[in-house]
Amino acid sequence: MEEARAQEKLKIDIGYIAYAKPPPPLYDPEAVPRDEGVKGAALAISENNTTGAFTGQSFELTDALVAPGESPVEAARKLADKGLRLFIADLPAAELLQLADALRPSGALVFNASAPDDRLRGPDCRANLFHIAPSRAMLTDGLAQFLLVRRWPRTLLVVGPGEADAAYAAAFRASARKFGLKIVAEKPWTYGPLARARGDNITEAEALNFARGGDYDVIVVADEAADFGDFILYRTADPKLVMGTQGLVTTSWSPVHIAWGAEQLQSRFQRFAGRVMRPVDYQAWMAARAIGDAAQNQKSADPAGVRAFLDGPDFNLANYKGSPGSFRPWDQQLRQVLLYAQPKSIVGVAPQPGFLHQRSVLDTLGADLPETSCHLN
Amino acid sequence: MRGSGIWGALALSGLWAVSALPAGAYQIYVTNEKSNSVSVIDSEKLTVVKTVKVGRRPRGVLVSPDGKNLYICASDENGVEVIDTSTMKLLRTLDSGKDPEQFTMNPSGNPLYISNEDNSEVTVLDVEKNQIVARVPVGVEPEGMALSPDGNVLVNTSETTSMAHFIDAHTFKLIDSVLVDKRPRVAVFSKDGSRLWVSSEVGGAVAVIDPKTHKIIKKIKFEIPGLTREEIQPVGIRLTSDGKTAFVALGPANRVAVVDAETFEVRKFLLVGQRVWHLALTPDEKLLFTTNGNSNDVSVIDVASLKVIKSIPVGQSPLGVASSPN
Repeated sequence: MEEARAQEKLKIDIGYIAYAKPPPPLYDPEAVPRDEGVKGAALAISENNTTGAFTGQSFELTDALVAPGESPVEAARKLADKGLRLFIADLPAAELLQLADALRPSGALVFNASAPDDRLRGPDCRANLFHIAPSRAMLTDGLAQFLLVRRWPRTLLVVGPGEADAAYAAAFRASARKFGLKIVAEKPWTYGPLARARGDNITEAEALNFARGGDYDVIVVADEAADFGDFILYRTADPKLVMGTQGLVTTSWSPVHIAWGAEQLQSRFQRFAGRVMRPVDYQAWMAARAIGDAAQNQKSADPAGVRAFLDGPDFNLANYKGSPGSFRPWDQQLRQVLLYAQPKSIVGVAPQPGFLHQRSVLDTLGADLPETSCHLN
Repeated sequence: MRGSGIWGALALSGLWAVSALPAGAYQIYVTNEKSNSVSVIDSEKLTVVKTVKVGRRPRGVLVSPDGKNLYICASDENGVEVIDTSTMKLLRTLDSGKDPEQFTMNPSGNPLYISNEDNSEVTVLDVEKNQIVARVPVGVEPEGMALSPDGNVLVNTSETTSMAHFIDAHTFKLIDSVLVDKRPRVAVFSKDGSRLWVSSEVGGAVAVIDPKTHKIIKKIKFEIPGLTREEIQPVGIRLTSDGKTAFVALGPANRVAVVDAETFEVRKFLLVGQRVWHLALTPDEKLLFTTNGNSNDVSVIDVASLKVIKSIPVGQSPLGVASSPN
């Protein structure tokens, strides 16, 4: 019996496409590790192989980490030429779309492990693209639910100079409308990356005063580059909490999350990678686990079968957050519980109790079926 | 609402059930995962008669067939603690291997079969010699343990691998692995050994497996009006010895399902405390106790009338529960 199984062994190759992570420009105690993401996928592959040892499937991860200026699309094409049809990508939105479109004729599927852009789940959605990373709309809807439940509906929104900051701010404005929060004022951040400045630098007086006055409950920061969000807390004239991209964040994962068996995954990852599990690691881990689940169920890694299974009602992802994850068939976004995390503790989870939905309460986060602008074909 | 009337009737029926019990109460042992203690409930008084401190993160619990020793998986101590049930004093701590979570015992009282959650192994432990007899590699996050009534087959579930592993209980070689729904937790054999029941927490289902062919003969799903499928997370299972009834604890659905064990039809849902984990029947099968992890209490179900007759406050995050055999 064992021999027969060995002969039937199905090999499933998964490609991992990302830009190599640059070293941090300044000293950063929490710099992005060079193997961020890929280690999460690799751990999931080893777990898939534990099951695979019993079911006659063997999974392998091939990573293509390209230098800045090189083309991730070309790197993926080379793997596709070798027969790979399943890809996990940690790429910015533009390259992700190029990748999905370039691989489309081969029938390949791409799993987005990091890009939060709402347009990828809306007008720019693709039938061969699955989103594991939560969208910005999901993150800000989660934040809005928290503010509403805490009865802190009035916010000061501080927006950084980056394109991503503008996108986050747009998502938060939409969430504020959706859940009935009031954005009392909006201020652009114009003082530079003060959160990265050294403590012995002279801090700018205007930065200490910018949040003075205004009848608001909390400060919401849109700072995806982490340039200033961590600077604001404790430096305002009035005692105001900070949340959004820094302070209290809504996130798919945090190293301090240990409920629902998460402690097991945290310690497994720490042993495997020699460092804590970051959200992109977790998202890549979920991507590879979802592929593993589909291959097990389908007894095949044929991308069309994998896609149909993942979009169908029988898929559920055990992702250590209490309620299993599943894909929204209208935009192929993974619906999932989100965490409200501060650096050393989890404050709660989204969706918050009381936000109801006829299908799944998880659909109170992000673009729901009636409002989607995605048309898959 | 007829609240007070109902509670009055329940209290009465509770008393009646107690007075109808045969002479001698059973002790029900509950592990409180977060207060590092065991609550002892008297099955006649239906109150906690004793609370004892045990090792860190107590989870699995069982009583030796002779009733003399209580065994506790102290997960964060990497050991199994043996407690004298007459004094409730710690006798010794056994080398269980890393992170013991759940276990089962040979009906002879030796050995113990332990799942090591953080180590992807099943450990077979001679409790007399405190010696590990075998280590069996299984899937990731092994959890549920069951021994077939004839003592020949050991079953372990692995949560992350989503499998029930069949292990030869004499040679400790893996015989077969059966893929079940996501995050399998508890495995229980029917008394005649003809069925194996496996709960899948995330899959929201219970698989009934033929232990001879290793085929799933039925998947039981649970639908509760007003609850989403994500809220229905089966964990604990207990079967009555007549083979007619199965009880399934449904986690955050806060209910115990009553299932016809012959037709596999779900007959009833009983509302218990919050996040119901594990179940224990008294040996006379008149009472069923449930641990409710989020409401920090134990619900008592009268098996004959299928009514919840009492809830008993215990420690923080009650998880495991076992009854004395006499």
